[in-house]
Amino acid sequence: MDVSIEALEQPNAAQDALVLKAEVRELSFFYGDFEALKALSLPIYEDRVTALIGPSGCGKSTLLRCFNRIHDLYPGNRYQGSITLHPDRIDILDRAIDPMDVRMRIGMVFQKPSPFPTTVFENVAYGLRLRGLRAKAMLADSVEQALRGAALWDEVKDRLNQDASNLSGGQQQRLCIARALATGPELMLFDEPTSALDPIATASIEELIDELKKRVSILIVTHNMQQAARCSDYTAFMYLGELIEFGPTEQIFLKPSKKQTEDYITGRFG
Amino acid sequence: MVTGEHTIKQYDQELESLRARILAMGGLVESQLRMAIDCFEHADLRKADEVVEADEQVDAEELELGRLIVNLIVRRQPAANDLRLIMGVSRAVTDLERIGDEATKIARAARWVHEKDVVTRTPRIRDIRVSAEAALSMLRGALDAFARLDPLAAAEIIREDKGVDEQFRLILRQLITFMMEDPRTITGSLDTVWVAKAIERIGDHSKNIAGDVIFIVQGEDVRHATPEQLARAVSQPI
Repeated sequence: MDVSIEALEQPNAAQDALVLKAEVRELSFFYGDFEALKALSLPIYEDRVTALIGPSGCGKSTLLRCFNRIHDLYPGNRYQGSITLHPDRIDILDRAIDPMDVRMRIGMVFQKPSPFPTTVFENVAYGLRLRGLRAKAMLADSVEQALRGAALWDEVKDRLNQDASNLSGGQQQRLCIARALATGPELMLFDEPTSALDPIATASIEELIDELKKRVSILIVTHNMQQAARCSDYTAFMYLGELIEFGPTEQIFLKPSKKQTEDYITGRFG
Repeated sequence: MVTGEHTIKQYDQELESLRARILAMGGLVESQLRMAIDCFEHADLRKADEVVEADEQVDAEELELGRLIVNLIVRRQPAANDLRLIMGVSRAVTDLERIGDEATKIARAARWVHEKDVVTRTPRIRDIRVSAEAALSMLRGALDAFARLDPLAAAEIIREDKGVDEQFRLILRQLITFMMEDPRTITGSLDTVWVAKAIERIGDHSKNIAGDVIFIVQGEDVRHATPEQLARAVSQPI
């Protein structure tokens, strides 16, 4: 299905000046010979949460991982098309761009909370040290900011030197969020961030996402449709590597344009 | 990829049960209204009792459907077309119950008029019968549109409400004239006013039910819509 970026952009006075943070244009992705993404185009708006939903195998995680070039780590993967990051309009997928630079600007949080096997403090400081930040006071300050940003500071401020594995699942996930926030990213990628967490931890992560979106654009993959409905401003429904429908979440969940979308969100897929 | 029915079959059954029940409630209210009109026209006071009994059943249906709907919402977390159906049915249940109440008012007025023996002093207004039939026709049309989920038919019903409103004003003017000319007709005339008002309200509620059909199918809320907005709402591709 061909959905042009122009057709998808939603300039709407009622949504107080939507600004593009990223644009996916005609993006195809190949795992070897297998075309996992088929000429996708969609906008990612600044300071908004965009959810990617769809059945298993639809390509939503594949799409997410294009944004921080994680696919580069494995041989045989190939990108076609572009993902343009605004405002400087660089193409994230350009071979000439160092993936490390991309990952400083675009952070990722995975499904399974995966803190590094070190202290709470060092987890958050890692990215900053990589960037060359050495001054103790500044590091401490940045780490505190990041932990506050992840709503974790109060719970860990007296255990910064403890091993991160001592934290609960929900706390570990927020630590991973703090770790990603530390480098001041413009875009955060969440790959099913609460699938492994209990309802209370899930709610606190969702609450955090709602706070975070004031400062950072968010792209979230979720198989929990109610989560997409709760958390996101925009929703993209994907199927077999294609973008079937994209629109404001309220519209997608109340009156989607495509029957396929409606069938998926009402549980008629099977 | 199979689409159409929910993966969870129980959900399908629950929605079907909801649909069947609201249509049954509609049928009950329709016959209740028919009886009430006949009762007023032909002074059949036995029918008045039947109308009141039927209303108890309608009230019970309202409660049961309300329970089913809340259950569906909490257990199934409906989205898109399922959500619109459930919301639409929820609104229609309220309007149907109100129509039942209005039908009961008509039956009670019939009883007063005939028991108080003011029959001879009640103005015979042909327009009451016409207006009542129009309201009954609106209800039938709305329920038919609901059964077939036909937004175009629903829009037609909505447009018919203006006529019923106009008829009410006409009846009111006639009754005022009667009352001014002969004060002995006041008691009977006032009872007739309540009947005319009940009929006008039935038209409004039937219009609401038609509006619910458009919401279910198109996702458009046409309460308070102008004729242009209504036309636009039903002309969109489904």
